[in-house]
Amino acid sequence: MNQIPALIRVFAYLSILTVGGGMAAFPEMKILTVDVHKWLTFPQLIHLYSVGQMAPGPNMMMIASIGQWAGGIPGAIAVLAAFFGPTAVLAFMVAKAWKKLEKWPWRRSIQQGLAPVSIGLLLAGCFSMAKGAITGTETAGIAVAVLLILLRYKVNPALLVLAGAAVGILTFTPK
Amino acid sequence: MADTAAKLALHPGETAAKATEASIWEIFLEFLIIGATSFGGVVPYLRGSLVTKRRWIDDKEFVEMLSISQSLPGLNATNMAVLVGEKLCGAMGSIAGLIGVCLPGGLLMFVVGIFYHHHGEHVWITAALKGVAAAAVGLILSTVVSLSKSSLSHNFDFVFMAATVIAVNRLHLGVPRTLVAVGILAILFHHPRREQKESVKP
Repeated sequence: MNQIPALIRVFAYLSILTVGGGMAAFPEMKILTVDVHKWLTFPQLIHLYSVGQMAPGPNMMMIASIGQWAGGIPGAIAVLAAFFGPTAVLAFMVAKAWKKLEKWPWRRSIQQGLAPVSIGLLLAGCFSMAKGAITGTETAGIAVAVLLILLRYKVNPALLVLAGAAVGILTFTPK
Repeated sequence: MADTAAKLALHPGETAAKATEASIWEIFLEFLIIGATSFGGVVPYLRGSLVTKRRWIDDKEFVEMLSISQSLPGLNATNMAVLVGEKLCGAMGSIAGLIGVCLPGGLLMFVVGIFYHHHGEHVWITAALKGVAAAAVGLILSTVVSLSKSSLSHNFDFVFMAATVIAVNRLHLGVPRTLVAVGILAILFHHPRREQKESVKP
């Protein structure tokens, strides 16, 4: 069955939800891509997202993989266009108007008001991912270690995710 | 989140933007390089490349554009590409920047996706991915902490943050309804008169 129209619909919708970052859309992405359309499983979604953190560029490029699985090369292109198109058009149109509103007092209110909500969405996305990713003491330990290291030292996060892979191989490979 | 942006600008910029002339090809190439090298987060690379190296924008513009990028839907990296591209070359500049910054990572994840689809069940890979996913959770949590430190201006903001999490994860209201409901409450809370008072305080 041709999945392209559904891919476009889903990812264009998800695109609008990415206020403050891609993770804001994660809970909704899980429902739509895993539960509704069954393009991949929840563990697969978590794996792709996490591996994507090691790739350069915007941190949601893993959606290209979902598009590829569901619809081959056209699927990947459709997903990328649907996910980045709408917000790009919005940014293009709003940027100029927003600049002119510099003196408008509500502008600061909107920025300060959206800040806690977008951080909340990031945290909500994190929790819904943790449900699948944190499965025991070992995985919880890795997450806490990465958190503490990043808060304490200036390390490139991509390196820590890579280190997570090494620790994973040492810890979870069946003997 | 304007203050995250402000923090980045603390490094004093001797970097006044040059009179900017950039061709669509130059914009594409510069964003392609950023898209191919920005491991671990795009924003610092954007600043180094656009402000310091190319001098297409100055620090003040950079902070301004970043704060707009953060308030709008869309990823910071792609919104920045659109805004900078637009400033330099109009709509074509935006498209060039957007495609440039997405292309390397997109191609890479396309290939990784195919590989994972075929070999994802291998025991070593499953084990590695378990570690990678756990590390990613830690990474997101650290972003939550550092953003909270830099961009929340009032203790009551934590109530809005908690309300957002509860609405999405417990009440399953969905992201759009949560965004509108909590967003409007939070914006009204930060009404201009309060913001004026807060900014008068030392």
